[in-house]
Amino acid sequence: MSDTEFTRADVCAAAIADAFSEDGEIFASPMGLLPTLGVRLAKLTSNPDLVISDGESVFLGGTPPLGGKDVVEGWIPFRRVFDVVAYGKRHVMMGATQVDRHGNQNISAIGDFARPKRQLLGSRGAPGNTVNNRTSYWVPKHSTRVFVEQVDIVSGVGPSRAAAAGPGAARFNDIHRIVSNLAVFDLGGAGDTVRLVSVHPGVSVAEVVEATGFALDAPADVPTTREPTTEELLLIREMIDPKGLRFKEVPDA
Amino acid sequence: MSRKPRDKRMSIDEVIGSLESGMTIGIGGWGPRRKPMALVRALYNSDLTDLTIVSWGGADVGLLARAGKIRRLVYAFVSLDSVPLEPNFQRARQAAPESGLAIPEIVELDEGMFQTGLKAAAERLPFLPMRAGLGSDVLVNNPWITTVTSPYDEGHGHEELVAVPALRLDAALVHLNRADPHGNASYLGPDPYFDDLFAMAADRTYVSVEQVVDTAGLTVDTPVQRLLLSRMMVTGVVETPNGAHFSTCTPDYERDERFQRAYAAAASGSDEDWQAFHDRFLAGDEASYQAAVQAFTEETTK
Repeated sequence: MSDTEFTRADVCAAAIADAFSEDGEIFASPMGLLPTLGVRLAKLTSNPDLVISDGESVFLGGTPPLGGKDVVEGWIPFRRVFDVVAYGKRHVMMGATQVDRHGNQNISAIGDFARPKRQLLGSRGAPGNTVNNRTSYWVPKHSTRVFVEQVDIVSGVGPSRAAAAGPGAARFNDIHRIVSNLAVFDLGGAGDTVRLVSVHPGVSVAEVVEATGFALDAPADVPTTREPTTEELLLIREMIDPKGLRFKEVPDA
Repeated sequence: MSRKPRDKRMSIDEVIGSLESGMTIGIGGWGPRRKPMALVRALYNSDLTDLTIVSWGGADVGLLARAGKIRRLVYAFVSLDSVPLEPNFQRARQAAPESGLAIPEIVELDEGMFQTGLKAAAERLPFLPMRAGLGSDVLVNNPWITTVTSPYDEGHGHEELVAVPALRLDAALVHLNRADPHGNASYLGPDPYFDDLFAMAADRTYVSVEQVVDTAGLTVDTPVQRLLLSRMMVTGVVETPNGAHFSTCTPDYERDERFQRAYAAAASGSDEDWQAFHDRFLAGDEASYQAAVQAFTEETTK
């Protein structure tokens, strides 16, 4: 591969990094592989002030490769994660088994809550995250099964429901970005709905619309997600993910 | 007469024998991390029924669900991490109510709400306010959890917040690395989890440990900040080496991933698969479990 050739996974990593580029000195909390890669890329490029952890119990002073260790700069056991959630200096990027037009997310269960067709993790921290700190979502396989008209169970709270629940819920509700393997979205659509921000290089708007189970707010001219820079590609390949773990999540088609 | 505080060492059977059906039992640790598995295994094999289990769940919830011990489950997640979805928990959740395999009452909370509920219980308050839950289906699926209006206006009106109810426990089961015979106990890994909150939310707390040492031994090579439990919070101490297996008990041992895979495969397999796993590992006492695990380890690392 030449220095400037890039894969879809690299595009996703750069798009995730961009979601954290203007956060300043806050705790970046990525759940899963591509979000971790993207956050570390942001820390090495656009936002060196990001505070990152090993996903377990310590803040890392440096920016190690995925799965690697580094100098410890702080202590963040689970109880202190809850403290930071309430404190607010945090941006979490979670997964989403379902996400709907209003930016509600589900990781609890599929089907009826009383007797689900498929029990998932449980709501975890999604209800608290979404009314306390900036929250984004990462969807590695964009499809109509994930992007649904209405989620079966609301774990993460979108802006409309937060507004309906009152200022206690709405004050700090901040659904920032949804990044999928096809495109980037925000909640800037009419009535705080999901809006298409950009389609990844090689992906058409029609393709995204087709893979989305709700009416997508899209501008007349949808930009293309920016290509990763040569520096970013070098950082991804040589420093953060030399083993190519990202291709397990987003295969190099 | 001894001038020392009393010796609280107990056997696993004595702990389980002191519990009753219908109790609310909190289980410490976090997901697949530092779970009091020796005590959980004994619960799994006990005659106790109709339990309310309060846990950030891992295989503790899976095992007790499989054994039909749980009438009511309070959780925020149930996961084995490297196996994201706990198969025994999934099976119980997806079962038809009339099958007798389902958990009759489900209380799924946000994980921060869960901590706040323990805090309220630990502080002997009926509830504590927080934002988590607002706007989400946690409040829809738990209509008994209500909100409270702030008496103060900080410029955003009188905010309506969730009144997270206290999660009071009849008993808490936790597993730490070291304890003295009186119940002072320390964790040596990177995270205390919430075991002190479980202890303070409970009427009685039983702590199992890798090793019982004398009181001076607790701080001989360990900073005092690692002493998480004071004996005033502890009812009984049980020495159960490898007692958190197959969850982590850093630095004594990490998660037994190979065994966890075998557990998950059996749990998600046929009834016969589970029966075989049960017969091999779970049917006997803790000593026979540990012997079977050792044989499994030797067999799979050849």
